[in-house]
Amino acid sequence: MSTLDSAPVPLNASVPTSGPTSEPAISTLTTAPRHSAIVRITHWIFSLCFLALLVTGAEIVISHPRFYWGETGNVLTTPAFKLPIPSSRALVPTGYGYVMPDQNGWSRALHFQSAWIAVLVGLLYGIAGWVSGHFRRDLLPGKSDLSWRGFSTAIRHHLLFKRPAEDGNDSYNLPQRLTYLFVIFILFPLVIWTGLAMSPGFISAFPATVDLLGGRQTARTLHFLISVALLVFLLVHVGMVFVSGFGTRMRAMITGHLRPAKERA
Amino acid sequence: MTDLSRRKLLITGLAATAGVAGLGVAAGLAEKYGLVPPDHGGLYGLGETLTYASQRLLTRHSLAREFSRNQISERPLANEIAPPSEEFKRLQAGRFVDWRLTIDGMVDRPGSFSIDQLKSYPSHSQITEIACEEGWSYIAEWHGVPLSHVLNVVGAHPQARYVVYFSIEPGWWESMDMADATHPQTFLTYGMNGDDLPVGNGGPLRVRLPRQLGYKSVKFLTHMTVTDNLKKFGKGLGSASPEGGYAWYAGI
Repeated sequence: MSTLDSAPVPLNASVPTSGPTSEPAISTLTTAPRHSAIVRITHWIFSLCFLALLVTGAEIVISHPRFYWGETGNVLTTPAFKLPIPSSRALVPTGYGYVMPDQNGWSRALHFQSAWIAVLVGLLYGIAGWVSGHFRRDLLPGKSDLSWRGFSTAIRHHLLFKRPAEDGNDSYNLPQRLTYLFVIFILFPLVIWTGLAMSPGFISAFPATVDLLGGRQTARTLHFLISVALLVFLLVHVGMVFVSGFGTRMRAMITGHLRPAKERA
Repeated sequence: MTDLSRRKLLITGLAATAGVAGLGVAAGLAEKYGLVPPDHGGLYGLGETLTYASQRLLTRHSLAREFSRNQISERPLANEIAPPSEEFKRLQAGRFVDWRLTIDGMVDRPGSFSIDQLKSYPSHSQITEIACEEGWSYIAEWHGVPLSHVLNVVGAHPQARYVVYFSIEPGWWESMDMADATHPQTFLTYGMNGDDLPVGNGGPLRVRLPRQLGYKSVKFLTHMTVTDNLKKFGKGLGSASPEGGYAWYAGI
């Protein structure tokens, strides 16, 4: 048998490698998308769902802006904390002399429909990210990143608002990688879990979902707090897009490329 | 046309055909096995259908969590209710002796039941949580007769698919599928925490449907109709809730 026939061939020749670059390699480097099509499509569908979930979640909270620990809680029990806002229900004593309009009907319907789509799209992203190596390549920190020096340099650059090169096809830095990993693999699963733990139908079939958390009101309170954390992430995420070049970053997430087509040609 | 683009076109066409056919088969199966809620149309029909179908597959026989006595809420919250009608006041003045629950529709023996008659059937209790869609909740011990027992008394037809139920309060009506109607924790509830059910909590008679949110546990129950078709009631969306923008199925 000839060994020449089985010479190793790169699986995906279009992926830029860090090896010595020759002319053709440079041209692939400039045309390879920064974000794959699956990442771009799932990102934008998910963004729509996420916004809908935030807005409708806030609407639902307005009907009872009080939070409790444990299994039960209502206006006759002491809250863990309450939001200083008026309510859409006269039942809730808020100190405001008026009641907001009830928006719970459509808010709940849109909340759950968006949650369904977000979870399905998230699963698609998760499977694609795992199979394609996106998580391993772009999100898991490299060995050199994990050194103390690498981490402190990245943090220093962040604190100094050192902008990355706008046209650079540089990969995510360490704080970015850690933040995305935290949001994707910790916050999203937690917000889904605490949401399901409030569903009377779901917890009748899977009571551990809520019992492990210590009660349905605890689940509701955690769901709210995790949503606040996700809102903070969203604000920083969008803020960083502005800081690092709005047009370039938006183009990259829409077309896949950092530069317009005519400049790439 | 190149080979590659022809192959692409073929694969895309096949995938699209398979997708549409798959959706058609799924819709047919969902309809056959009762996985489509009556409010499946409209903007949010997709979400409502996914929730109802997946929960019916997962929860057909599951039991709502029951709690121990020491977890019963000290003060069971009586939510705001509309001012009682003259009819309600009259019945209340008579200690609800004249309160009647009428049951008709797809049954062999339509009937009219007083609270005492309902109390003469085997009494059951459950310590379950009632959770409002607004977010608050409390736990109480509820006493009543399982709806399934009364459905046997009136002889509900095997073709029945839903039970529609009405409050004395005008415009307050709901319906449930037979999985819920025959569920052991679905009660016609006349008592709470060892006493008669207070008016503030829905007395003299309310439904308890602990696997769904509080608004399905209709207060001041006066009438039930067993049916195989919800189209005949109101706007045909299953209950008053979807007409007001809320989900028919409230198991979430």
